[in-house]
Amino acid sequence: MSDDDTILIIGAGPAGTRAAEVLTGQGLRPILVDEAPASGGQVYRRQPPGFKRSAKLRYGFEAGKAEALHACFDNLRERLDYRPENSVWSIENSTAFTLDPNGVDRIPFKSLLLCTGGVDRVLPIPGWTLPGVYTMGGAQIALKAQGCTIGRRVVFLGSGPLLYLVAYQYAHAGGSVAAVLDTARLRDALPVIPGLLAGGLTLAKGLWYQNWLRLNGVALRRGVQPIRVEGDDRVSGLRYRTAGGRENHITCDAVGLGWGVKPECQLAELAGCEMEFNAMARQWLPSSDVDGRASADGVYLAGDGAGVMGADAAEYRGELAALTLLADRGVAIDTARHGNLKSRLRRLMRFRIALERALPYPEGLAAALPDDTIVCRCEGVTAGDIRHGQALEPQEINRAKAFTRMGMGRCQGRMCGIAATEILAHRKGVPLAEVGRLRGQAPIKPLNIFIAGEAADDDPDRAASI
Amino acid sequence: MKPIETEVAIIGGGIAGCSTALHVALRGVPVVLLEKRQPGAAASGVNFGGVRRNGRALEELALAARSIDIWHNLPELVGNDCEYAMTGHLKVARNEEDMEAMAAHAEAQAAYGCEVEMISRNALLARYPWFSDLAFGAAWCPTDGQANPRLLGPSFAHAARRAGAIIHENEPVTSLEKDGDGFLLRSENGLEIRARQVVNAAGAWGARVASWLGEAVELWPMMPQMVVTEPVPYFIEPALGVVGGDVYVRQIPRGNLIFGGRSGTANLDEGFGHAITEETLCTLQRTALVIPRMADVNIIRMWSGVEGCTPDQLPVLGLSATTPGVIHAFGFSGHGFCLGPGVGAVVSELVLDGASKTPTEAFNISRF
Repeated sequence: MSDDDTILIIGAGPAGTRAAEVLTGQGLRPILVDEAPASGGQVYRRQPPGFKRSAKLRYGFEAGKAEALHACFDNLRERLDYRPENSVWSIENSTAFTLDPNGVDRIPFKSLLLCTGGVDRVLPIPGWTLPGVYTMGGAQIALKAQGCTIGRRVVFLGSGPLLYLVAYQYAHAGGSVAAVLDTARLRDALPVIPGLLAGGLTLAKGLWYQNWLRLNGVALRRGVQPIRVEGDDRVSGLRYRTAGGRENHITCDAVGLGWGVKPECQLAELAGCEMEFNAMARQWLPSSDVDGRASADGVYLAGDGAGVMGADAAEYRGELAALTLLADRGVAIDTARHGNLKSRLRRLMRFRIALERALPYPEGLAAALPDDTIVCRCEGVTAGDIRHGQALEPQEINRAKAFTRMGMGRCQGRMCGIAATEILAHRKGVPLAEVGRLRGQAPIKPLNIFIAGEAADDDPDRAASI
Repeated sequence: MKPIETEVAIIGGGIAGCSTALHVALRGVPVVLLEKRQPGAAASGVNFGGVRRNGRALEELALAARSIDIWHNLPELVGNDCEYAMTGHLKVARNEEDMEAMAAHAEAQAAYGCEVEMISRNALLARYPWFSDLAFGAAWCPTDGQANPRLLGPSFAHAARRAGAIIHENEPVTSLEKDGDGFLLRSENGLEIRARQVVNAAGAWGARVASWLGEAVELWPMMPQMVVTEPVPYFIEPALGVVGGDVYVRQIPRGNLIFGGRSGTANLDEGFGHAITEETLCTLQRTALVIPRMADVNIIRMWSGVEGCTPDQLPVLGLSATTPGVIHAFGFSGHGFCLGPGVGAVVSELVLDGASKTPTEAFNISRF
């Protein structure tokens, strides 16, 4: 492959791995950049060298899939230009700017396959900034990768497929789970049972985890409304309202918090992809067609970064997007396989829609937060600040950002953006889409001045011509 | 739809336009402002945030002094101090030649009541030990300061509305024509305004508006681009800029360092400026050479915005040369943030009294 023909894959999770498999199968040598030291993504994250816990222990029912994906990657690694511990922080004019332990580099590309995955969808609740509060995904990573728990007595709070899985993994590994508090109600699930059945095994596994937890004496509560995390200098308990309306308190020293996963789409935005509001996800996603083509030329999207559908779908979507890329380059592809992947994805989408309804995002939770709750952790901006915006009454989320510094800190709104948008939309009494979305800006991750400055190409002629 | 009737129509809701709207409204005169996006969203809201007279062109000093009086009075005027702080400003020389030029300018500034102190290298390093030896010396203006650009335009717009001004957002003006004894303005969305007088405060787009009146001004877009770091312990109190403009830095008390020095890119039709990553890398390198302590810090965001620059880098501010009833206030060439509050006061006088007590002759459109 010549330089100006470069295919760049970002992300070595299920989607990136399967995409790389397809491309290397055609004798191409894509560049695969990944933030982690080893492939697998978050869902199939590998343990550090020297750790010897079994795959079964780390991945449970998914051990087979994890091992297959790792093996797939290990087999094609030599045929890839694989760059681990390498983070893309800007994309401009078909060039990705990366940061690895050696410094900043530029990767000009012809085609870009974004497999950037997702990150926990968290909602602030009073007290959520106390030490001892973790995201659900963070709690799982600590266990999966390093064999650590986040506390001695843990409460898991939220909703979504991870909730019971992580609680099960903790309890199974010998951790003490004080309670599992689900903000979804059982009656949310009943009307969508046919759709859930499309998930087959996935649904069965979810039910199995819940059953196992119940049999092992873990308190499971549905239809819960969180009130606050309590504690002076760290977590000492959690207060919540039961489905019956009673106020309850649980003693705990850690809380795992999360409402599913949200896509990481800043790079898609920087790459010029159009963003559109997705009512089911309640957020803006990069638009793509059913084959995985983004709106920007030469850009393809796969995996949870293109809209959350889970790890199985990510493998299919990675393969699909890579096949589409090949077809667009005039390579003859297995069209039957291409069609087959799309029909599998349609089935998974039916399941995903049912799942979103069965385990709904708690609409109204963020909007009802007390004024003094910190929403933006990085900048210490409260719900009240966002509502009033220094008395300037912002109508749009980027204005609220400008007036309050919400979303201007280290995480650039990746954590607080969803809640802040809900709070503002509720305050204005308008649909969520109407308050807009936080625009992505480079660098999408913090960037050291010295290291980046060393890479400067300070050509005086160029400076003069601008 | 019937045109909206008003006395004064303002094109552009940057600081100049919003401050004009407030000052006109405070005198009880009906005023309507049309802004193509939101108040203070373009150059007014994304600039460095310097409020300084140090090193400023002599022609602008009277206007700057008038503006700085208003800066001090912001809480009373607009209900918000916009984080304005009189931290002083250091203009840093790299060599003796810069130092001599600055000293000559400081002497000339003194005649305008602006005290600037020349600081030798040793004195500079004694006061600010975090400078590298690239700093040869500095000009120090203790009465200069800095503020949060994101708040200024919106605060003026908010205050103008409270004073009775009508501000239409997301209404790009597409035409301006004579209509009887006044003017008719139309927006892209079909809004029509009939006004007796018109203020052209359209920033980087000001030359387009002037061209509708047969007035040609050479105005090219400039896109200063900025970077901000994560918060680190507060150590740089004054705002500072190095001669040549390739490094300028300030730190806010919560710890974030804001700095710039290069140019981004923009498309005037699209309306946004974009930072250029390669240029940011150069800014990082050059800044760390001047202030080595910044090398360890992480940046978290970069941005740019569009401003209009004239050939002599002075604004176009004053009566139209072709069309009585039109007042221009655009092309601030990167100086509009400090000047903006004062510009509104001056333009309101030009509109309502026909003359301002602050001299504006140097800014006349007919100089080109």
